[in-house]
Parts: sequence; C-alpha cells; structure tokens
Amino acid sequence: MRIARPRAARMFVAALAIGLIASGCASERDDDESGGDSEVFVFGAAGVPAALDPSLGSDGETFRVTRQAFETLLDHEPGGTELVPGLAREWSSNEEGTEWTFQLQEGVTFHDGEELTGEVVCQNFDRWYNWSGTYQNTTLSYYWQTVFGGFAENESEDTPEPNYVGCEAPDELTATITVAEPSANYPGGFSLQSFAIHSPKSLEAYAEDDPSGEGEDITFPAYSQEAGALAGTGPFRVTEWNKGNGEVTLEAFDEYWGETKPGVDQLVFRTIPEESARRQALQAGDIHGFDLVAPADVRTLEDEGFQVPVRGVFNILYLGITQDKQPALGDIQVRQAIAHALDRQNIVDTQLPEGGVRATQFIPDTVAGYSENVRTYEHDPELAQQLLAEAGAEDLTLEFCYPTEVTRPYMPAPADIYELLRADLEAVGVTIEPRPLTWNPDYQEATRSGGCDIYLLGWTGDFNEAYNFLGTWFDGYQQEWGFENEEIFDLLTEVRQEPDVAAREALYQEANEAIMEFLPGVPISSSPPSIAFSPDVNPPTVSPLTQENFAEVSFK
Amino acid sequence: MLRLVVRRLLQLIPTLFGLTVLLFIWIHRLPGGPAWALLGERGNEAARRQIEEQLGLDEPLWVQYGRWLRRLLQLDLGNSIKTGQPVWEEFTLRFPATVELGLTALVFAVVIGIPLGYFAARRRGSWLDVTAVSGSLVGICVPVFFLAMILRSIFAVNLGWLPSGGRLTTGIDATDVTGFAVLDGLLTGEFDASWDAVQHLILPGLALASIPLAVVVRITRASVLEVLSEDYVRTAESKGLRKSVVRGRHVLRNALLPVVTTVGLVTGSLLSGAVLTESAFSFGGIGSFIRQAISDRDYPVLMGFILFIALVYVLINLLVDLTYGLIDPRVRVN
Amino acid sequence: MATKTEKIDRLAELTARRETVTGGSLWVEAFRRLRSSKMALIGVAIMALFVVIALIGPWIAPHNPTAQIWRDEVFTNRGEFVGPRGENWLGLDHLGRDQLSRMLVGARQTLLVGVVSTVLGFALGALIGGVSGAALAFGGRAGQRLDTVLMRFIDMMLAMPSLLLAVSIAAVMGQSLTTVMIAVGVVQVPIFARLLRGSMLAQANADYVLAARALGVRRRRVVLGHVLPNSLGPVIVQSTLALATAIIEAAALSYLGLGNPDAAQPEWGVMLAQAERFFDEAPFMAICPALGIIVTALGFTLLGEAMREALDPKLRS
Repeated sequence: MRIARPRAARMFVAALAIGLIASGCASERDDDESGGDSEVFVFGAAGVPAALDPSLGSDGETFRVTRQAFETLLDHEPGGTELVPGLAREWSSNEEGTEWTFQLQEGVTFHDGEELTGEVVCQNFDRWYNWSGTYQNTTLSYYWQTVFGGFAENESEDTPEPNYVGCEAPDELTATITVAEPSANYPGGFSLQSFAIHSPKSLEAYAEDDPSGEGEDITFPAYSQEAGALAGTGPFRVTEWNKGNGEVTLEAFDEYWGETKPGVDQLVFRTIPEESARRQALQAGDIHGFDLVAPADVRTLEDEGFQVPVRGVFNILYLGITQDKQPALGDIQVRQAIAHALDRQNIVDTQLPEGGVRATQFIPDTVAGYSENVRTYEHDPELAQQLLAEAGAEDLTLEFCYPTEVTRPYMPAPADIYELLRADLEAVGVTIEPRPLTWNPDYQEATRSGGCDIYLLGWTGDFNEAYNFLGTWFDGYQQEWGFENEEIFDLLTEVRQEPDVAAREALYQEANEAIMEFLPGVPISSSPPSIAFSPDVNPPTVSPLTQENFAEVSFK
Repeated sequence: MLRLVVRRLLQLIPTLFGLTVLLFIWIHRLPGGPAWALLGERGNEAARRQIEEQLGLDEPLWVQYGRWLRRLLQLDLGNSIKTGQPVWEEFTLRFPATVELGLTALVFAVVIGIPLGYFAARRRGSWLDVTAVSGSLVGICVPVFFLAMILRSIFAVNLGWLPSGGRLTTGIDATDVTGFAVLDGLLTGEFDASWDAVQHLILPGLALASIPLAVVVRITRASVLEVLSEDYVRTAESKGLRKSVVRGRHVLRNALLPVVTTVGLVTGSLLSGAVLTESAFSFGGIGSFIRQAISDRDYPVLMGFILFIALVYVLINLLVDLTYGLIDPRVRVN
Repeated sequence: MATKTEKIDRLAELTARRETVTGGSLWVEAFRRLRSSKMALIGVAIMALFVVIALIGPWIAPHNPTAQIWRDEVFTNRGEFVGPRGENWLGLDHLGRDQLSRMLVGARQTLLVGVVSTVLGFALGALIGGVSGAALAFGGRAGQRLDTVLMRFIDMMLAMPSLLLAVSIAAVMGQSLTTVMIAVGVVQVPIFARLLRGSMLAQANADYVLAARALGVRRRRVVLGHVLPNSLGPVIVQSTLALATAIIEAAALSYLGLGNPDAAQPEWGVMLAQAERFFDEAPFMAICPALGIIVTALGFTLLGEAMREALDPKLRS
C-alpha cells in the first residue's frame, strides 16, 4: 500500500485539535491575508541579507534583495544563462581580451535622479579598486578579489595581485575597462551583482564611511545597513529594513528606464529561516512565495493549488575524494570502484526535486563546455567489487564526512543522501566510518583542509562559464582533492588565459574528458532548488541562477 | 532591604567575572573559527588567515580576553563577527521579542496554572483533579519542538486561526518605539498592531508555556493540599470564618510561597525552551540568535549575550527572594 | 558528673535507635505507600515494558533496522511515503527502512542515552554537592570558603541556559552518541549538586547528627555513615525524573541537528527529528517515535512523582 496523504495528516491533526483546547482566542482572521494591501508582494527568504550594498555581498540572500534595486552592466536572459544587455546595451573586447568596452543604455536614471554615464561606471570600478582597510578583507570584497584580483594598494600578503588596470569614459555613454591579463572570468564577471552600478551621489556621500571603527572587527559600513542610503537604477528602491522582524521593504521606482516595469507597489522580503515554517506561512497566506521548498513539499503544495515552477539546473553535487589522506584512494581502480558502486540515479529519483538530473561531469549541461564524450560510470556493484579486488582493496575502510543541519541548493537533505551512498558503498564491501559535522565551520574546515577520505560538497555557478566551476577545484594542487595531475592543471591554466570564448569551450570539453578519465571525485547530480508562489500571483520567470526579477510579479 | 539588595548585587561581581573567564576559554575552544563560518563554500586558506589576522584571533587567548574586558569596562561589547553590527544593537533588537514571548508563557502558566492547581487541590480526586494532574504530567513529557509542530499544524495551517510564525503580519502599520510590539501598538494608538502582535504570541507562548504550566499546576496543587491540612486553616474554618476569607487570607496566601519560588526558577529556564520555540515559529528573539551564534563561532555575540542572560537570571532570582518578603513577613524579619 | 555522662549516653542510644528504627521504617513505610500508588504502578509497568523492549528489541525486530530494503518505494521528493502495511506494521521511514524494527532497536539506544547521561549527571552533581554540603556543615571556615567557590561554579552553570550549554558541548566535542550523553548529563549536574547539598544541610542540623558530633564521632564517619545516606532520598527521586528529562533533551538536541547521527544506531529522538520534515505527508513517521518518547518519559515521571509523594507524608494526609 503506497500512500501519499496530506489528508491523513489533516485528519490526525483535526482529531488532536478537538482533543486540545476550544481556543477562546479563535477570533476570525481574515482569509485574504495579504497584508491589508493587495499590492504588497511578500516573499519568504531563508536568510537575512548581509548588507544593502551588493558590492559587499557574497551570498544569494543579499543578492536576491539588492538585485531588485541595483543593476549590472551585463545581465542574464530571463530564465536562462546566456549573457544579455543590462545597463550596457553592447559590449566588446580587444583581441587580447584585456580591454572591455561597454556602450551604455540611454536615459537611465538612478533613484536619486542622477544620470547613468560612462564616467559613473568608472567611478564605481575605481571605488572598488581603491578600497583600503577592512574593505580589503575577503568577507567584504570576495567577488572583487575573485574577478579582478587585489587593490591599488594591497595591505595583506594574502591578497592577490590586482588584475584591474583602469577605466576610461571616452564619451557620455561609453566605458572602457582595462585589465592586465585576459581571464575566463570576463565578460561573465560583469554580470555579477557585486559589480552593480551605484549613483555617483551615493558614492560621494559614503566615500568616507569606514567599514570598521576599530581595527579588529569586521564591521559593515553603516550606510550599507541603512535602507535607501544607496541609489541604484533598478525597478525597485529599498525603503525600509526592519532588522527585528527580518524584513526588507522595497517600493516601485516610477521612473524605471527598462521595459519590465514593476507589477506591484511594494515588495517585501521576509526572513523565515525554517523550511517548514516558510511553507506553512505560504499555506496560511502570510507570504506570497518562498524559495528553497523542501522536495517533499512540492507535491503537497501543487495539490493545494500553489505554483511551483521548475528552475533550470546550474549547480553540481559531488562526492569529493581526498587522495592524500587515504593512500588506497590514489589508485584509479579504487576510485572507479567507488563510482560504479554509487546508485546516483536512485538519489535523483527519490531525493531530488523535479528537474534534477544525474551528473556525468563536474559542470551541469547548461554550461558551455559540457562534453558528451566523457567517460561514464554506471551503477554496477559487481564491477565495483571486481575493481576493488583487482586493486587489492577488498577491506577498504573510508571515513565519510557529511554535513548536518543544512540545506544547500544542490543538496536538499545531505544526511539522507549520505545514508543512501553509505548503503551503496557498504554493499560492495567498503566499511564506512561516518563523520557528521555541522556545516559551518566544522565541515568546511575538515573537507577543505583534506581531513576527510570522502565527503559531499557542491557548487552553484555565478555565471555561465565552466571555469567558474572547474577552475574552483582543479587549477592546481588543492588539499581537498590531494592530487597532482599536470595534464588537468595545464589545461585549466591555458583556458583561464584564453580570450576567445569559442576556443575556451573546446578546451573545457577537453578538460572535462580528462577530469572524468582521472576521476578525482564522483559528480552526483545537478538539481534545481524549488521555488513556490501562491495561486493568485503571476510569478516571475524562474532562473537557473536563482536571479528572479521580481518586477515581473503581479497579482492576478 | 536596601542593604540586602546592595550586598547581593556586590556578590554578583565575582560570579560574573568568573563566568566571563570560563566562558571566554570555553567558546574559544569551539573547533574551527569564525572565518570558515563567514566564508562558507567560497573560502580558502589565505582568506581564513586574512580574517583571523584582522580579528586578532591569532594572538594569545589572554591578550584577546584582556582586550575584551577592557572594552567591556568601557561598556562596549564589541561587534558581531557575522553581521558586523554592535553586539549591543543586535541584543536590543532581539531582547524585547524574547521578553514578550517569555512573559506570554508566564502569563499562561500563572493565569491558568494557579487556579487550576488550586481547584484541583480543593476538589481532590474529582475529574478536574485527575485531568489537571495527568495533563500536567503529559505536558512535561512532550518535547517542546513536537508540541510546537503540532500547534502550528492545527491552528495555523489547518484551521487558519492564528499566524504560523513571525512577530507581526507583514505590511501592517506598526511604529517601532520600544521594540515590544504589543506595547508599541498601545503607545502609538495602533491597536490593530497590538492585537496582531498578541495573535502572533499565542502559539509560541503556548508551546513555551507547556512545561512551566505543568510545573505551576503541580506545585500549586501540592502546596494548597499541604496548607489545607494545617491546623490554622482548620481552626479558622471551625471558628466560622467566611469561606472566602479563609481561602484568600489563609490558604492561598500561604500556599503561594513555593509557587513564587517555582515561577522564579521556571523563568530562568524559559530561555532554553525559547531556543526551540523561537526556531519553530521563526520568532526572532535572542534564543535562536545565540544558537546561530554558536554555530557561527561569533565570539563577541556569545560573550555579550550569555553575560547578559546570566545577569538577568541572577536578577530574577533576587527578585524572587524579595517577593518572598512581601508574601511572608517571617522572611522579612530574618 | 556521672549523671551528665549518663544523660549523653542515654541520648546517643536513643537517637541511634531512633535513627535505625525510624530510618528503616521510613523507607519501609514509603515503599508500602509506593506499592499502593496507582501512579507508581503505571509508571513501573511502562518502565518495565520499555526496559524489556530495550533488552530484547534487536532479537524480535522483524527486519534489519538499518537496511534500506524498500528504498525504491519511498519518494521523499514527491512526498510519497509508505504507511503501515502487512509487511511493515508501522510503515517505512524516509529511506525505506522498517519503522517497527527501528522503534524496537531504537529503544535500547534511547534507554542508554537516558541512563548513562543521568548516571553521569548524578555522579558529578552528587560529588560536587556532597563535597560542598559536607564542607559547609563540618568544614569550618575553610569549608565555608570551599562551599562558596563550588556553589558559585554551580550558579554559573545554572545561569547558562541548559540547552545552550548542551549545544555548545556538542559543538566542542563533535557529533556522536557519547557527545549527546555527556551534553545531556552535564546539564543535570547543577540540579543534583544543589539538591544533595540542600538535603545534607537539613540533615546536618538533625538531632542525631548533633548528638553523634557531641559524642565525638569522627566527622568523616558522621558524613559518610549518617548524613550522606539519609540525604540521598530526594536525589534518587530526582534521578528518576531526570531520566525522563534526559530522553526529552536528547530529542531536542537531535531537533537542533546535534543528535547522534550514526544511522547504525537508530534512536527515537533522531527518528523524531528526522520525521519532522515530513510531518504533513507522513505523520505516522513522527508519531511513532514521539509517542515512544512521551510514554517512556511519562513512565519515569510517574514513578518519580509517586516516589516523591511516598517519601513526603505531608502530601498524602
């Protein structure tokens, strides 16, 4: 008897209700609970934004909010991963890939009435380049350091050398950015929310705002914690940040230049950390949508009439292998045995949300450079046992690390996925020593410093560039993988410096094939995090990069 | 009385000082550091070193403690590593929520618990007594988070009577004056905001009240039973004093002493329950914030918050002792 | 002169006899009352059932509790679960394991967590409380100071919310069954310590102790031979109640993601915490372990309460 029954839950609960209190406070709560005003759209977020200045951000919850108010030079197509014009209507580079020229849109006004010009773009980039003090800390300038290297004057040995050279504005609507070396991060990097353009007035007003009063604390600068302090060009402007309630309120910006004018007057992002609380808030009508729906809830929500559009995939979950830690893992046959032992399809079928797929390589198939010709490893326990026997590793014992109390976009329930993989490995005779760790910081530290034999980890892409995935792991020796393979390292070094996009794609394919031949880890799956909306709204186009544009939202 | 208060407050200082030392050593023993917590998947060794250098975490522990203490003496609790905001601000932002929640739970416990315990004792063996006793026993045995889950499922999701979480309905007009949502509404005349806040308090308040309520019922019952058997009550009754006088002046008053102690003790333990209840109802108070701070290794927040909680706890105990004096004149003499 | 010595002898004899007689009969009387208490009977019955299951559970479990035998039939991503059916009386869990087998085998772990953590809390608490009480009552000025230091330490532990203390212990030690037991046990320490100390102080002022001291019986003998045994009553009652608390606290730790994670050892608290996510789709998954925990905790609580009442005749009248 197979049961799918929200009904049963309700019956049980109703029975309990009768048994419990005949609540005196059972006054009627209005059924159409949309915050009193039908033009307010409330969205349930899993976390609080770190700051309202996107240049200081590095996490999805911050960007989800700032993206509605700040725009970048380049953007992604709605619902896809291709680069499309943003504040720049055209862009090009010289042959070496060191000079990037952007033709700006005409008639773009900031929330404070300023005009967008090439000069303004340059001011923004120069501001980031000239950051000093606490701004140079990776927590505050992660993406700048990743894409453009260090600063005009680096203050720490650990900060990378700057790759940014300068910016010029030959005319009103043109900006040219020069970099020292070509990189696979361009032009994709220009679409990062961290490099959204701020109004020149805002830049002036907060130029002196030091992010830290004392030398020893990392403190976000005061302006970044204040609603409306910064003016952007987006369809909404931030008007209130109630930290006590974890609510950020944005209001429609009437003079928005773009075609997609905001469909609601007010947009509120409300923080509801707990998964089931978010769902219940939607069911109770307190919010109109939320992100990171638990896969198990999707069916229930759909049955109740809620909209659960499926996103494209743009992430990868993999089983990491640390070859240094356990000598047996340095044997390719043992790694192949592990790959053959895992029933990855089962995880896709039973654990991952709709739209999830089994991964064959370390990038999802939506990224340019995906190869159809990589070596694949089918689920075959007998072959796995045979390979282990050939390698003389029949009595292999592996320490398997997995994170607890965390949900990642690529991994809805790590402990469950661990359980399934453990059973697979034990079925071929591998002994597993479980090592559960809290996600932050224990798990990060253990896996990154090469402290686990095998572990679960994943990555969500920032923009459509395979280097953003592969380069993160395989551009050189890393403790978390613990191997040296010159072929792979060289390929990725080459691709990083290749200015031609088409040439890069071919190199990526070659790299993917080499990687899957060497099998440094086992890619498991790509799966889209689910997002849900109430029946009475027109939801935004969902994006594989989780970059939804809430200006598209309106009430039916 | 004043001397007693002053003496007790002075005694507090060494305790709290000891607490800060132990606490500082203890939380810096937590494995990993705030660096990884800040960086997440995107971190690397260099960035970690950079952050630790910046935060002064590479220095000897006693130097760090000295610096922390020096700032504390200037009434500066430092900044949260995670949010970059002053600890004091983070605290004042969340403290009212927890106080509101705790008070709601206490009100439930006292308003329902004392009468229930009293009548259960007076009608010993009746169905009321049996229900009260068994109900309170079950109340103690149900895990708080499970109760929260069921309450939310019934009253918020299935019946839709009450909100499923949060402190205020989004979009409602509420002016922030004191941070206490209910009080703010009353002060500014936004009564619907107050009412809304009250509705948001009911479910988490009930969940949090389950254990205190059970304890109060049982202690009241036991205490009333004990007093009822005392000679002076029998004397008063046989003297022909009016029932209401006997009950009020003799029974209730004398029976309340252990109840007050219990309420005091329970108040101190409310915060543990608040960690679970606040998580379950996404009620942004200090309970859930500290829990997050532990996993973020947010040292300044942990130090500041726990120190403050300890202070509140000790003050509540002092208050309980003083309340004795009001109820029982014998204590006053001593 | 002779009369005075005689008097003391007489007194000592009397108190000594009284102690044995009343002391013994107090326990006998309490036990008699306990036997006739309905509450205690139910409590003992529940406890006995629980202990029996914990002992024989692994042998009567119909299936391997950790094998994902039916994992192809459960689709958590679509909210499709398998409820109670002929083969699996309590249904399957979210990974296709037999829920009944997990409940039966889990009882042992649950009991283990409860007992070990309570014993730990009891031992540490009794040590601190006992030393503190003895020092204050018989240790003179130095003893007083020792007592102050120990009690300040206990106050500090009390001032830190118990669950947060447990959470931080779990964070320091990493996740394992041992961690859960230690975290839950440590939280109980201050309660036991204060209780034993208070109880010892009350005993220290009893007539028989004053008499024994007056007779020159050595302090150590008075403390170990008389005061301590007579003070243990409330502490033992407390430990029965603490067992119930320990089981619930362990479940709370699991809910916060810090429970024993090893699937090879199913435990009710972990099961409940895991099932919480699927409550709307598969309530049976949460209800089994929840009822298990509630009923067991109730058993210990009932017995503890009954014992407390039995030892405190005033409550009976």
